[in-house]
Parts: sequence; structure tokens; C-alpha cells
Amino acid sequence: MVLWSGVGFSQTDTTRRQDSLRSEQLQEVIVISQRNLKDNTTKPLATLDHYLEKSGMVNMIRRGSYAWEPYLNGMATERSVITIDGMRIYAACTDKMDPITSYVEVTNLARATIHNGSTSSTGGSTIAGTLDLVRKKGSFGQSALNGMAFTGFETNNKQKIVGGSLNYSNPKFFSDVDFTIRDAGNYRAGGGQEIQYSQFTKYNISAQAGYKIQEHQQIEASLIYDKAVDVGYPALPMDVSLAKALIGSVSYTRHHISPLIYQWQTKVYYNDVTHVMDDTKRPNVPIRMDMPGWSKTAGFYSMLQGTSNRHDWKANLSGHYNKSLAEMTMFSNTPNEKDMFMLTWPGVQTYYGDLFIEDKYALSDRWNAAFSAGLAVHHNNIDNQFGLQSLRIFYPEMPGSKIRLLKRLSASVRHDATNWSYTFGAAYGERAPSVSEGYGFYLFNSFDRFDYIGNPDMRNEKSTSVNASLAYQKAAFTAKISGSYFHIDDYILGRPKNGLSVMTIGAYGVKVYEQLNYAAILNTSIDLGYQVTKEFLWTGQLGYRRGTGENGLLLPLMQPLTYNSAVTFSRKSFFADASINGSSSHKRYNPEFGEKGLPSYAIFNLSLANRFKFNGAQALTLKTGVENLFDRNYTTFADWNRIPRIGRNFFINLIWNF
Amino acid sequence: MNTLKILKYFLIIITGNFLISCSKDDNPIIENELNGLKLVTTLSNTTHKVELYTLNGKLQTGFNNIFFQIKNTDGTTIDNATASWIPEMNMMSMKHSCPYSPISKAKNSTSTYTGFVVFQMAGSESEYWDLSLNYSINGKDYTVKDRISVVEANRRVVESFQGSDGKRYILAMVEPTAPKVAINDMKAVLYRMDGMMNFPVVDDYKIVIDPRMPGMANHSSPNNTDLVQGTDKMYQGKLSLTMTGYWKINLQLFDAIGTVIKGEKVTETNEGSSIYFELEF
Repeated sequence: MVLWSGVGFSQTDTTRRQDSLRSEQLQEVIVISQRNLKDNTTKPLATLDHYLEKSGMVNMIRRGSYAWEPYLNGMATERSVITIDGMRIYAACTDKMDPITSYVEVTNLARATIHNGSTSSTGGSTIAGTLDLVRKKGSFGQSALNGMAFTGFETNNKQKIVGGSLNYSNPKFFSDVDFTIRDAGNYRAGGGQEIQYSQFTKYNISAQAGYKIQEHQQIEASLIYDKAVDVGYPALPMDVSLAKALIGSVSYTRHHISPLIYQWQTKVYYNDVTHVMDDTKRPNVPIRMDMPGWSKTAGFYSMLQGTSNRHDWKANLSGHYNKSLAEMTMFSNTPNEKDMFMLTWPGVQTYYGDLFIEDKYALSDRWNAAFSAGLAVHHNNIDNQFGLQSLRIFYPEMPGSKIRLLKRLSASVRHDATNWSYTFGAAYGERAPSVSEGYGFYLFNSFDRFDYIGNPDMRNEKSTSVNASLAYQKAAFTAKISGSYFHIDDYILGRPKNGLSVMTIGAYGVKVYEQLNYAAILNTSIDLGYQVTKEFLWTGQLGYRRGTGENGLLLPLMQPLTYNSAVTFSRKSFFADASINGSSSHKRYNPEFGEKGLPSYAIFNLSLANRFKFNGAQALTLKTGVENLFDRNYTTFADWNRIPRIGRNFFINLIWNF
Repeated sequence: MNTLKILKYFLIIITGNFLISCSKDDNPIIENELNGLKLVTTLSNTTHKVELYTLNGKLQTGFNNIFFQIKNTDGTTIDNATASWIPEMNMMSMKHSCPYSPISKAKNSTSTYTGFVVFQMAGSESEYWDLSLNYSINGKDYTVKDRISVVEANRRVVESFQGSDGKRYILAMVEPTAPKVAINDMKAVLYRMDGMMNFPVVDDYKIVIDPRMPGMANHSSPNNTDLVQGTDKMYQGKLSLTMTGYWKINLQLFDAIGTVIKGEKVTETNEGSSIYFELEF
């Protein structure tokens, strides 16, 4: 993990700090793609999911090879705000098969910035935290055209990766275009077992351009088009024939407005997501069905950033509108019988307006403090009469719309000493129930095998959290311990409701979303690093989470003790690493959510890389390696329905910069 | 020149308006009264033609809301008749009637009459229904009687059965006629068969409903309300339908003191009741 400096304003965002120690520890930054891919990432052409998984704050819940769901601080996507360059996007799948992170590619992105709780939550009101995927983009400069072409292959699932990018810049204009194509077949788990329906094909193309209107004023436009087809979900009863997103924005930025205000940026954006679940590839199903979903979001933000003396402040006004609609059509097994149709998301409109302010204050050379506060208005409205009447079967008196006020607050201090540095933060945040939690209609969860019904009457969920970290650096040794504790009031959770008849054939029962009085989640992690010699570096990570609800209820999908240890060797342009990652046995699980206990495991990986330089700026990077060297058959806490992970996999990545 | 033009357009507008208002006044009542209805058949005698209408242009097993107009031979409608009717089934060995309502003027109409008939069986070539309509106009009595075609409804909407008390009952669904994915108003009528021609309304019973989707492993819906008698003597309740498609509404009939007259509870082992209605939408 590489941590980035988040303090102050730097014109060049490539000033990467090697020492993770003195950087701001309340945010975590995952470097995804540097412009030249010079970094020491083992497998640079890995999917974004693999990059995010490396963070100690993120767990990726896996339902197949594709579109893993990012859990921030042990909490599902409803509890976090995930944005792309500050843009809100709502997934279009009722079964969480298309988290926002599945609609971008590593080539689109520079990094992912993660914040705990409502600290720095410019993206909106949140419980667990925020994850902003930051677009990779060019800058104005000397007239230049450069680019990159890459290809990769992975033996286990025959994944083929092809792509490229072109970047043009001159003093008044820049533009970037890139594309990536991935195509993978079924993977084989350790021991050779083929995992049916784990294939996927993904196309991604993005373009970006900036124009300098005059000194300190620029406009930028960005477009991402992402399309996945024939995506299998081995852990689920259905696959996806199409997942498509168009994500566009236009922004206007002004720098150095006054001595106190250094930047004003306003962006308007729109995105349109279509997701089509189907089961046509499955030979045996109780009943055939189609479940398409659509989500459209339009929004804006306008952010002022300023600095004075010891203050570094930010004020952000933002708003967005979303409409989520999903339907289900089941085709009767009896010939000539009419199709069974329902709206699983009843055309839910969300209007959201938000004002957020933040101030970072340097108390002294060694002491820094930060405060933030936000206030949002959240309005849900059911736009579809069919959908509203459907929900009124369960809630005859329910109104068609609901307005909520969402508040958030955070404060933190940081102290830096010669070798030590520590931070302490506290935050409060609230959220509205998600579309599924509030308005879902018979959404089947294939893990616990229950149909879920939304509950429109729920109160806001509220989280009070503290987080702390302690870091130490001396000579070649670095260590960091960090932890966060969330106490969540009115914790939203589906609980079994007797007397309701299942809709999905074979389901065990029906759960209705309710609110526990409280739940508590503890996240801890330790990062260690030791530069043994100039060439050898050892790094190690440990992580553990614990989640408990009222009456001792164990929350699902909580990370047991997991670890990662790696030795890397680098000399000039050669790089090699050997790593082991594993987990203790999984004992704190809850069968109520379909979970089973798991044995411990350890996986070994090796990789080699070299960078060949040619005349000028041209270079060829070759990376190759093997994952799961001993072909271990294993499953982790994050695997939906306990499907085994990928077995031995050789990979090769070739990247040519020109 | 200009004045002429203005005059011309003025005239066009005036005459246009006049024509539009004229056509509006042309037989407005008849068109409105039968709006949305389809002709089933015409019964005639020497003096009148009686046109029968229903929503779908058919008479079918179950509850039928019937509308009719009595017309003179010149086509003008009668608006001051009083009428009564008797449907009759001509079986090979016997004759019987079925439950039916008295006749009244249809709501908001001057010359359309309405009532309902509950056919418990369909007609055929050899065994057929006929309808006798007796009406009087200005104190003079008339009769018209003819065969009517009663077809089997696509789905089961009427049950005719012998109860545990030894009596015969006829139970028919009235609503919903246009079911929705929602909580629907449900209505049914219940009659006892006292002899071949006498069908009194049964009071104070209860009809327990259990809607199921046999194609979906007998999925059921929440928040249904059993049917009890309303002020119009019909049985009324609430029917929840969670999706479109084929629904089987299992029924259980209880008498005023709670004895099961007919029908069984749906359980894990009992897929359905012996009496039920069907809906498909």
C-alpha cells in the first residue's frame, strides 16, 4: 500500500511520498494506475477488484470472477458512498451484481481514495466511509503525444487482456483516450475443479479532454463507456447478459481566484446504467426469468477550496437525482399461461442535496486538526403507480414519498513526532435506507436463501465512530497500527418474518428489513515494512474485523484474522517478489445469513518483472508470475455461497510505453 | 379585398362551430349509455327488439352484469318500462334456473336497464339456456323469450356444490374484473338452491380466501381479508396479488356459527381447496 499526502495543495499530483509514515493517516490511497505504470504492482493488468482488495479498509465480496462488491470497514455498499471523480452513480442490479467499481477499468483511474466514516465525506452522507475513484487525466504542457499499449494473458481462466491509451497535450489542450478489453472463460479452483458460469467479457473505453480558457481557467469533459456481456456468477442462480454504463461529465475549474481561494470547481454529470440478469445459460432452473434493471443519475457539485495562514478549507455544494427501476418477468412452465411480472424496484426517485464544509487546521508544526460537517436533504419518491400499489400490499398506508435530513460531523487530530505519529478521529454520520432496503420487492438473496422485502418506514441509520492509528518509523523499519470502531444505531438488517409466503421457488422464507437497536463493528489492521538491504524489502499486513449486533447477533461477512507477507527484490529495472497470504479459520460466522465455518489457508505467489528501455521514452515492461502456486483449493469469508477461489494461475503482462 | 377575406374566415369559423355542435347533439344519450359495452344478442317479438349487452359481448358461466335496451320496431328506445326476467336451463331430463337479480334502470341512463345473472353452467347444443323477459310499458304487458348462448368462462369463476349441511350452494366471483398487482377489492355472491327455481341469497356466512400461484410452488400473498357480507348483500373482502400471472384463489365457506360448509385449508400437504376461483392477468 502506498499512502499519499493529502495535506495542502500540490499542483503536481505525482509527487509521491515514499514514506508512508508522515502522510495523512485518516485517508488511504490505493494507487491504481500511474501514467507510466512504473510502479511495482505485481500484476498491473489485474482487475480493479484486485487493486481494491489490497487495502486494509476494503473487503471484496465475491460472487464470481467479476464485479466484486467493495465492503468498506466491513460494511456493505449501502453503508458507503462510492464515487467516480466525485460523481454519484447508483448500481442497477437488485442483487448487487454491479457495484459502481464494475463500470470502470484500471486504465481509467489514477487512484482510489478511501476515508473512514464521515471524515472528508464530500461525496455525501455515509456510515462506513467514502471511496472515490479518481480519474487518470492529462495535464497542459509541452506539445507531446505519447501512449501505451498492453496485453496480458492468464492461464487459469484463459483471460485475455488487450488495451491501449493515447495522451496528447499542448499548453492549452490535453486529451486522453484509452480502451481495455478483457475476455475470460471459466476458472478452475485448486485441484482442477472447473467453476461453471465464471466467464466474463468486458469492454471499456474512455475519453477525456481539457481546454485552458485562459490562465487559471479550464474546462474538462470526461466520458466512460463500459459494457460487460456474458458474465457468469457461479455463486448466484442467475448470470448477466449485459451490464452497461455511460458515465459522462463536464467541469469548469478556476484556480487562484483570490489569495484565500485557490480553486473553484463545478462539475455537472450524468450516468445511465443498464443491467440485464438472465438465466438462459443455466440448464436446470425451477422457472425461467429475466430481471433487467435501470438506473439513471444526474448531478452536480461545486467546490470551493481555500487556504489561509494555518487553514486549509473546502466547501462543497452538491446534488443529484436518481431513478432506479428493476423488473422481473417469470415465464410459466405451463404453456399458454401468462408471464408473471413484478417490479422489484418500484421506480424509486431519489433527490439529494448536500452542503459540506471541511477545515484542516495546523495547530503547530507537529499538531494538525481537521473538522468537517455536512447536511443533506434526501427525498425518495415512488414514481411508478404499479410499483407503489405493489408495495402497498405490505404497507397499505405507506406514503409515496419520504423526506429525510441527514447530518454528519467529524473531527480529528494528528501529531507527528520524530519517529512516531498518531491520529485520533471521531465521526458521526447518518444514511437513508437504500432503494432495496426501503422499497425492494421480493429480492432473493442466494446466500441465506431468503426473499427480501423493503421497509419504507425505517428511520435513518446513524453511526458514531472513532478511529485511531499509530505509526512508527526508524531507519529501515516502519510499522503502523490502525483501528476503527463503529457504533451504529438503528442498524438496518433483514430479519425473517413468519407468515409470509416465499416468492422464489426453493427459498427458505421471507425477510423484511428492520432495524436493530444497534450494531458495532471493529476494524483493525497492522502494516509492517522492513528494508532489509538496499534490494530486499519485507512487508507484512494483518487485518481483523468483528461485527456484532444487538443480543449478540454476529454480523455476516466479517473478515477473520488475515495476513499477507511479501519479500520483494528490486535492482535497477528488475523486480521480483514472493508472497504468502492467508487467513485463520473462520469461526465467528452466522448461519442465519447462510454462512458456514471455514478452515484456515495459506496461498503462495511469485512474480518477476523487468523493464526494458529503448531509445527515447520507449519502454517495455514485462511482468509474469504465478498465483496460488500450490494449487490450493480454498474459500474465504468473502466468497458468496462459499465458492472456491481460483487455483494455480500463471500470468503475463506486457506493457509498451511510447 | 381584405374585408372579404375576413368575412370568409369568419363564416368558415361560424359554420364549423355550428356543424361541430350539431353533430354533438346527435343521439348523445344512447352512445354514452352503452359506452364500453358490447352487444350479446337481440331478443325479438312482434313489437319490440331487446338488445342485450355485456362488457365483453358474451354470456359466460359465473357472474354476468347484463344491460339491455328495449326498442320499438322503428329503433326508438323505451325509457319507461318495468321488467323482470327468468333465465332457464333446459336439460334433457329437467329444467332449472339460476341466481339472478331484479332489474333496474342502469345508473345515469334513461333507457338502459340492468341486472345480473349467475350461470352455474354453460349451455350446449342439447342442453341450453333461455331467457324470458317480461316487461310492461304504460300498463301493457309484453314478453320476449329466446335461447341465449352461455359459454364456459376461461377460468373458474363460479362454484356450485353441496355443503356439509346437505344444501346446495352457488358461489360466484364478482370482482376483481380488472385485477392489479395490488390489494384488490374482492366481491362475491352466495346463493342457496332451494328447489329448481328458487335461489335465495345466503346471509351472514364467511368466505375465507387463500390466493396461490400453483406455478410458483404455491406462493401466497399477505394482507388478504376474508369476505363478509356488505350492505348490498354481496360478500366483500380484499385480495392481494403480488405479481401478474395465474392465481388460484382457494376458498373455504363458513356458516354464521363458524361451521365449515365447504372447502379445505391449504397446507404443506394439501395443495388446494376443493372450491376455488381462478384469475389470470
